Amino acid sequence: MKILVCISKTPDTTAKIAFTDNNTKFSETGVQFIINPYDEWYALVRALELKETQGATVHLLTVGGADTEPVIRKALALGGDESFRINADSQDSYYIASQIAAHAKQQGYDLILTGKETINYNGSSIGGMIAELLDLPFISIAAKLELNGATATLNREIEGGEEIVQVNLPVVVSCQKGMAEARIPNMRGIMAAKSKPLTVVEPVETPTLTSIVSFEMPPAKAGVKLISPDNVEELVKLLHEEAKAL
Amino acid sequence: MSVLIFADQSQGKIKKAAFEAVQYGAKLARQSGGTATAIVLGEVDNAELAALGNYGAQKVLHAADARLNDIDSGVAAKVIVAAANQEDAKIIIFSHNFDGRAIAPRVAARLQAGLVTGAIALPDTANGFVVKKTVFSGKAFANINITSDKKVISVMPNTFTPEKTDATATVMPFQAAVNDADFRVKVTSVQTVSGEVPLTEAETIVSGGRGLKGPENWGLVEDLAKALGAATACSRPVADSGWRPHHEHVGQTGLTVRPNLYIAIGISGAIQHLAGVNGSKVIVVINKDPEAPFFKAADYGIVGDAFEVVPKLTEAVKKLKQ
Ligand SMILES: Cc1cc2nc3c(=O)[nH]c(=O)nc-3n(C[C@H](O)[C@H](O)[C@H](O)COP(=O)(O)OP(=O)(O)OC[C@H]3O[C@@H](n4cnc5c(N)ncnc54)[C@H](O)[C@@H]3O)c2cc1C
Ligand SMILES: Nc1ncnc2c1ncn2[C@@H]1O[C@H](COP(=O)(O)O)[C@@H](O)[C@H]1O
Repeated sequence: MKILVCISKTPDTTAKIAFTDNNTKFSETGVQFIINPYDEWYALVRALELKETQGATVHLLTVGGADTEPVIRKALALGGDESFRINADSQDSYYIASQIAAHAKQQGYDLILTGKETINYNGSSIGGMIAELLDLPFISIAAKLELNGATATLNREIEGGEEIVQVNLPVVVSCQKGMAEARIPNMRGIMAAKSKPLTVVEPVETPTLTSIVSFEMPPAKAGVKLISPDNVEELVKLLHEEAKAL
Repeated sequence: MSVLIFADQSQGKIKKAAFEAVQYGAKLARQSGGTATAIVLGEVDNAELAALGNYGAQKVLHAADARLNDIDSGVAAKVIVAAANQEDAKIIIFSHNFDGRAIAPRVAARLQAGLVTGAIALPDTANGFVVKKTVFSGKAFANINITSDKKVISVMPNTFTPEKTDATATVMPFQAAVNDADFRVKVTSVQTVSGEVPLTEAETIVSGGRGLKGPENWGLVEDLAKALGAATACSRPVADSGWRPHHEHVGQTGLTVRPNLYIAIGISGAIQHLAGVNGSKVIVVINKDPEAPFFKAADYGIVGDAFEVVPKLTEAVKKLKQ
């Protein structure tokens, strides 16, 4: 069993969001970067659980510049076996997915796990694209994944509930909460990660189909209107007449 | 330019998010003098299909194959791409709901089309084809130019209010060229909370946090929700403690919701919670701590004890609705 976990680097969930260069670049000043929470807590940890319970090799892959290496090392410290960095910097999901698909084609994975979405660009796109490029089934936004031989049973989120699906490996899955319990790396893992392989691969030729023109901050809120707890009728009236929300 | 819109259905009913997507696609088609065609997969009755015309679809392609009732993203993508080719549609529109998230990326990859997910405005075509979406979990917007010839956009649910007209659509059968071997995902069971509005489609949401102390107090939230005709949601620790089911958890690691009205009760307003709700049009916060960060993101607030304020609020809402 060979599992690939796609890892992306994102600003910490509490990072201050600001832009530079005439609002065309995310300002990294003072920002701490982490493994995208969905990739770490759910995709990676579920892969590690599967490795522990039924044996598997877990590969980690990120498409990014050298600045993503600390994030990959952290993922290795949690327990990945081997890691790859495709040396390219792009925000275009087709470009990223094509790189991952090219790597996966060579390696031949039974299971490819991604996060539900990155918390910076909120694409929710890479997993489905990889699946299409490799002509594999894709289970989106799964909250549970069990393996029984070559068959996977998954819970996939749908509006107001979930559906339980069965699919034969190989399969691409995007992972969300429910998949696994978060872990923290221990000292032994951190030491071991230092000697685990991190192979840098040059990207394959692929077109870029989108580009970010600019960023904007949302308009500032006017400020909260406080209403006395003894006068809830006033709140209902404001919601009805002023906000037209009732 | 001709536009194809995937109109998502569930158990034979077209979803509200699909009407929003159809309306978005129809406006886009009109801008460039093209035809707006909707495609529906699976068994849906004719009245439902015709209703797509009310939101601007000129044509509806219906692939009535019962094997398409459940979504296998690979099969759906194949059928949608075949329809796009038949209609010579250069732009394909989805809703950024669960099915859209599964299928749109596949269609984009298959067509080598640039993809923007979660659009919150019509494309600006003055200089390229620039689509606005939220990024950083609602904390900012990005304007993204799609540079490829073919384009795929998914529309953020609850962002464009569907406006019904009298217009009608021509419904045509669409022969899906798929065989049994194409189906690789077997849906063995579907579990939905019946009779409730899904959170992502709800107009009004009443949400509770740890300030409510325990699951036994949720009657407070439910009564207010009932009076408002609202759906209920919760903060992450509430779901993690098992006070409420996981599908109610909103925020950075839960659902993103954009209701008209979001009422937060006993929720502090941590940045990860706000990430899932800051697209709401009106936010009301009820919290006993005047320093709770949520007040900074709120339109209206009551500093007070939820156990006293909420029952009174429920009564006041009932009075208004009478
Ligand atoms: C990576 C990451 C992702 C996360 N993702 C999410 C997410 O998706 N969604 C999410 O919600 N959280 C998320 N969190 C957790 C988040 O940081 C907060 O811990 C959480 O939102 C707090 O929940 P709460 O407001 O219900 O509880 P608390 O922070 O404990 O707040 C309870 C509030 O209730 C008020 N209160 C108490 N008693 C009363 C009363 N009688 N009447 C009125 N008010 C009262 C208090 O003043 C307080 O403000 C995430 C955290 C991390 C690190
Ligand atoms: N640059 C990247 N390198 C590797 N994996 C990525 C990258 N970007 C996104 N992913 C994976 O794809 C998932 C969805 O990302 P997105 O479609 O961009 O929201 C993430 O949770 C990651 O698992």
